[in-house]
Amino acid sequence: MIRSELIKKLEAENPELTTEEVEKILDLFFDQIIQRLADGGRVELRGFGAFSTRDRSPRKGRNPRTGAAVDVPSKRVPYFKPGKEVRERLNK
Amino acid sequence: MADTGTLTRADLAEILNRQIGLSRADAAAMIESILDHMTTAVLDGENVKISGFGTFVLRDKGQRIGRNPKTGVEVPITPRRVLTFRASQGMRQKVK
Repeated sequence: MIRSELIKKLEAENPELTTEEVEKILDLFFDQIIQRLADGGRVELRGFGAFSTRDRSPRKGRNPRTGAAVDVPSKRVPYFKPGKEVRERLNK
Repeated sequence: MADTGTLTRADLAEILNRQIGLSRADAAAMIESILDHMTTAVLDGENVKISGFGTFVLRDKGQRIGRNPKTGVEVPITPRRVLTFRASQGMRQKVK
């Protein structure tokens, strides 16, 4: 399922809303999640899962083309942990 | 000031109420609906790709040998299907 398919499903369920409104709702929904992670917080959506961030230590990497060693700085990456319900239902 | 607490369904519904003007009940139902559609797609075995956000990808893991960390006893871990999330480049840029 891609974003446009999700928009179609939501539109079908909410005939009182325009496509633009549904798009704005989805943009807000996903942007808020990103913003909270960017601010250093986490997002918990019971039953679905939780978004948080993980810190990656600096490491020595290599330019795959030249083989030259490069320093890869420490960074923070988004992380998603699926909810218990989803994990269990995937393996039924 | 940036809020670094935990964002929940209630917070998301509140934002839809304030910024879109949906009633509180409609806003809460909309959040539920978005999550339901994504969950259903994943449980149906579909990947969910949201441009600008990321992709939820199902991965099938084969059987492997694990260990009870407390007792050290080896136990087989059954093959299973797991849900992973790969954040979009845009999200990675904003979060780093």
